[in-house]
Amino acid sequence: MHKAIGAALLAFSLAFVAAPARSADKLNDAQIAHIAYTAGDIDIKAAQLALKTSKNADIIAFANNMVADHQAVNDKALALLKKLNVTPEDNDVSKGLVAQSAETQAKLAKLTGAEFDKAYAANELAYHKAVNGALEQTLIPATGNAELKALLNTGLQIFQGHQQHAEMLVTMLK
Amino acid sequence: MPRPGILAALSLAVAFAALAAPAEAATIEVTIADMKFSPAAIAAKPGDTVTWTNKDFVAHTATARDKSFDVMVPAGKTASLTVDAAGTFDYFCKFHPMMKGSIAVGE
Ligand SMILES: [Cu+2]
Repeated sequence: MHKAIGAALLAFSLAFVAAPARSADKLNDAQIAHIAYTAGDIDIKAAQLALKTSKNADIIAFANNMVADHQAVNDKALALLKKLNVTPEDNDVSKGLVAQSAETQAKLAKLTGAEFDKAYAANELAYHKAVNGALEQTLIPATGNAELKALLNTGLQIFQGHQQHAEMLVTMLK
Repeated sequence: MPRPGILAALSLAVAFAALAAPAEAATIEVTIADMKFSPAAIAAKPGDTVTWTNKDFVAHTATARDKSFDVMVPAGKTASLTVDAAGTFDYFCKFHPMMKGSIAVGE
């Protein structure tokens, strides 16, 4: 079970990082915003599954924080896009993210108890690593609008915090 | 009608009490902005109050490594803690552990 999730995650991370790298020059701000928003939304959904499934106080606190932080960043992003008169544009990277996350969610949904907690924490660590890497190396450098770039940079700092938090959880649950 | 001698003794006692009382408790302000505590290191005396004002749009915490305190600082809000025990307390944000600070409480 764990092996399967690990393999799926690896595929997920690689696909996510590689896809924008290949088409970085083709991504516009409306697409980048869509990717960032989608990535946040996916993490909120994973957190909601954790809140439904887990009985572990640390996992629950982490998941509550994921919902709050990603919601806050996404709200800021929507407000900024509205101000800039930009409509987020769906794209292959976003679609890939959604498809991969559906698989991950399905796998996580079959687990319970400590097995779920471990897999969720490991997934969060891998996911934030992948998203942060993509933001830092591909999405932020490709962003044209200065305000959107600044917001993505702030988001990156917040998500790097999540990555460290997830790392602590993974270590603790070992 | 109090006699002058008693009045003098009373005022002397008041004066001594004022001298003996510890310096008034201070408030030390820490700002949280751009995912950082600033100043990151502060010094305080027992009885002082530390306030954290969070200018970020996400919540943070000031959580002691030794678990002696755990202060939640919601986005855009201020939270405070009165320090009593002497010692150096390293703290971090539970949600974003790279955010670090310390309070040195001295007599
Ligand atoms: Cu924080």
